[in-house]
Amino acid sequence: MAALSKIAAGNGHGENSPYFDGWKAYETNPFHPTDRPEGVIQMGLAENQLCFDFIKKWLMKHPEASLCTAEGVNKFKETALFQDYHGMPEFRQAIAKFMGKVRGDRVKFDPDRIVMSGGATGAHEMVTFCLADPGEAFLVPTPYYPGFDRDLRWRTGVELVPVICESSNNFKITRNALEAAYEKAQEDNIRVKGLLITNPSNPLGTILDRETLKSIVSFINEKNIHLIGDEIYAATVFMEPEFVSISEIIEEVECNRDLIHIVYSLSKDMGFPGFRVGIVYSYNDALVSCTRKMSSFGLVSSQTQHLIASMLSDDDFVDNFIIKSKKKLFKRHEYFTWSLSQVGIGSLKSNAGLFIWMDLRKLLKAKTFEAEMDLWQVIIHEVKLNVSPGSSFHCHEPGWFRVCFANMDDDTMETALLRIRDFMRKNNAAMIPHNKLCRRSSLKLSFSRRVDDFMSPGIMSPHSPLPQSPLVRARS
Amino acid sequence: MLLSHFCLKASYSLYENLKEIDIYQRAKEMELLSRKATCKSHGQDSSSFLGCQEYEKNAYDEVKNPEGIIQMGLAENQLSFDLLESWLAKNPDAAGFKRDGQSIFRELALFQDYHGLPTFKKALVDFMAEIRGNKVTFDPNHIVLTAGATSANETLMFCLAEQGDAFLLPTPYYPGFDRDLKWRTGVEIVPIQCTSSNRFQITKSALEEAYQQAQKKNLRVKGVLVTNPSNPLGTTMTRAELDLLINFITDKEIHLISDEIYSGTVFSSRAFVSIMEVLKDRNLENTDVWDRVHIVYSLSKDLGLPGFRVGAIYSNDPIVVAAATKMSSFGLVSSQTQYLLSAMLSDKKFTKEYISKNHKRLQNRQSKLVSGLKKAGICCLESNAGLFCWVDMRHLLSSNTFEAEMELWKRIVYDVKLNISPGSSCHCTEPGWFRVCFANMPEDTLKLAMQRLKSFVSSITINNQSDKDLKNARRRSRNKWGWFRVCLANRPDDTLKLAVQRLKSFVSSITINNLSDKDLKKARRRTRNKWVFRLSFQSFHGRQQDER
Repeated sequence: MAALSKIAAGNGHGENSPYFDGWKAYETNPFHPTDRPEGVIQMGLAENQLCFDFIKKWLMKHPEASLCTAEGVNKFKETALFQDYHGMPEFRQAIAKFMGKVRGDRVKFDPDRIVMSGGATGAHEMVTFCLADPGEAFLVPTPYYPGFDRDLRWRTGVELVPVICESSNNFKITRNALEAAYEKAQEDNIRVKGLLITNPSNPLGTILDRETLKSIVSFINEKNIHLIGDEIYAATVFMEPEFVSISEIIEEVECNRDLIHIVYSLSKDMGFPGFRVGIVYSYNDALVSCTRKMSSFGLVSSQTQHLIASMLSDDDFVDNFIIKSKKKLFKRHEYFTWSLSQVGIGSLKSNAGLFIWMDLRKLLKAKTFEAEMDLWQVIIHEVKLNVSPGSSFHCHEPGWFRVCFANMDDDTMETALLRIRDFMRKNNAAMIPHNKLCRRSSLKLSFSRRVDDFMSPGIMSPHSPLPQSPLVRARS
Repeated sequence: MLLSHFCLKASYSLYENLKEIDIYQRAKEMELLSRKATCKSHGQDSSSFLGCQEYEKNAYDEVKNPEGIIQMGLAENQLSFDLLESWLAKNPDAAGFKRDGQSIFRELALFQDYHGLPTFKKALVDFMAEIRGNKVTFDPNHIVLTAGATSANETLMFCLAEQGDAFLLPTPYYPGFDRDLKWRTGVEIVPIQCTSSNRFQITKSALEEAYQQAQKKNLRVKGVLVTNPSNPLGTTMTRAELDLLINFITDKEIHLISDEIYSGTVFSSRAFVSIMEVLKDRNLENTDVWDRVHIVYSLSKDLGLPGFRVGAIYSNDPIVVAAATKMSSFGLVSSQTQYLLSAMLSDKKFTKEYISKNHKRLQNRQSKLVSGLKKAGICCLESNAGLFCWVDMRHLLSSNTFEAEMELWKRIVYDVKLNISPGSSCHCTEPGWFRVCFANMPEDTLKLAMQRLKSFVSSITINNQSDKDLKNARRRSRNKWGWFRVCLANRPDDTLKLAVQRLKSFVSSITINNLSDKDLKKARRRTRNKWVFRLSFQSFHGRQQDER
């Protein structure tokens, strides 16, 4: 009997990890403010839902961007036929300009180095296929996005070697940690081909400072290995310090540019995961050429290229969007972290991303990952929040959880906070003085007033009429 | 690869290719890239790609560049856009991210579920059934959406085979398969040799021969992949062929992938028979073989929307569906596109009209190409589908070799200024066949292309024979080879006798497969054209020496 391939039959897709048990709980009992008020609130999905009203206003004013309207239909045929893997020139120019703006125009990106891919998921796999052979490895600082286990390894046969980062220094990537990981790989006879960093970090929500970036660039240069910078959250940096991209660092330090590559996407910064816009930007000509050919396996729909080209060519819109998005993220982040601190829950100080790295170590019954899993089960089934346990991100220390805050409306956020507060009260984790409660309530009211300015009618529920899932969805 | 070097020499894009070679060479030396990155399995050195490059440099435009190269190497369907555009005009909701007047932009922008939009999958399977005359139905839960058929075919390879395994493919086949099936997967392709002697149909012996070949190379055969309707032949598979395939995969316990990307382009009354129909008719549902048959589909050809990247895998095996679904994360269909097309394909009135009109237009256009070619003295394989014809230019080759095919192709691209695809790029075993597309240009452009071709053919004659003689000779012999002009009136009688004696000794010494003279005669009589010598008497008195 012709069996499936090992790749298809194995677990390399990563969906059997406990990370996805949370999804399952959410899928079977999703929160809805009126239909299912006791359902599980989704806080495991790193989506940016805060700026759709602003984007919609732009769409209403620009019917030609939608290519199928009376104003846009004259472009329908040529767009529908356009399958050139170079991508539309106007699309690449718009993306290059957007990437530059997100970095404060401190660097310029060359549209001819922009290569499309099927989301950042497709971009990572494609870059891995081109840079490493089966059995070779990339170093990845922990904690890291669980999807990398699938994206970089599953069909490529490449390995991931963790670079251990610890809470004692706020999970900084140290030179020692890099060297240690590299040596460990050598001892295990694994050839290291590159280092993958996510900056801003998922799940930490922090950015890498200049010194760390310089140290990283010097490390990879010395070892003659590639540096892949996943900058998918670049525009979500909502507070000082300012984001520093690899593209800026290589202007400041000597390095072999053939080793430098950036992965990008519009899924987080713009909130468009459904449109599958992934980008590979490399300073290595051969890699640009090869990935371009390989991008045939995951080109961006020309209909979407057309829309994005129109939208991101509008300088006013882009400038305003970047500012507005940051403001909303800042507000949400501030309110959420403040509310958590009021009930005695701390989190890693962060200034970017769509989530916080929540510290629940003191709630663990023991300093073990089993205890972390137990606590997590409680959070899902009793508190009814889907959060992501640190172990699924390969965190070295138990007790950390990633909690997303940008994928829901304000009311749902309030409900989530209420549940957390009730849980903490029950567990006596923190005593909440009466006056502090009042202060928080007044703050809530004033926040609501500010938020009402931004809320649009009709957007009440995170539970969309269409089934929502993360990029990787657990299904039996 | 002999072919790619040859094409590099021939191509005007030499600089670009040299530059690329240099880039890859440096990368290889520095060992910076993977083996996959620096190998040639991306297939971009093949002549069909090079032809497209040449076209890009000197593209025909009726007004701006009337002497430019006409693109006939791209299998696109441009004949029915007016139908799509008028549907869009009547359906503003789909166009404007709205449902029942309400904006659903946000929901669409966030929708990244690899299971796909349920309404789109339902509309897509219904459309697939409609194309098959509703003789089969498809379950939306068994369809997996991918970024084009390119991604679908690769994903199926990843699911069904590994490095060191092989799939059998009938030749000639779509050149892109060399990249899609082999590049990143490490799977091999072993050809099932098909020949013009039986219109390139698949035979049992060819299948067995291919299977043996794979075994000899120590490759484990995991399945057969066919394209039905065929690219580049433009023909649909017969029921007998489909039965043969089912028997073969049952016997060998391997998979069958049927790439039915052109199923909606079948324009003749001889209907398209899908593999699913045959399985159903043979009551093979819910048997082992049922689970090993998979279909690949796309909207790039039938609807003419290659830019939208809409591909699909349909499998009866839920395990394959589950694995492929997870893998589709690497190339999902944009939700914006899924939504637009779900609205369009759910409109049954529209799909019925589209399918019918599209067929008529394709048939009309194909017949124009066929008659245009005929006027140029060129035949093609009788076809009933596709966006191209499989054209027989064997008689125009200077020799029965692939080098001669490349020479002819170069002349057609650079001198006649038509970009067509040489059969060798499709792994055809016989030189002289070319794929010529007809649905990717206005009718006037097709007419012009045929005129250019006719002029070109008129300018070539073999041994200065007139067109008429050429036709007669071709009609009589069917084989374009073996004609020699032998002058008789320029020698004394004795010398002529000596010449004939020498010729006779020579022929006696040649045997085909050790046949005796008698068998040789019999063989010649049977085939009519194995060795034919025509002696022509011509008067040379009035001619100069060098004309003789």
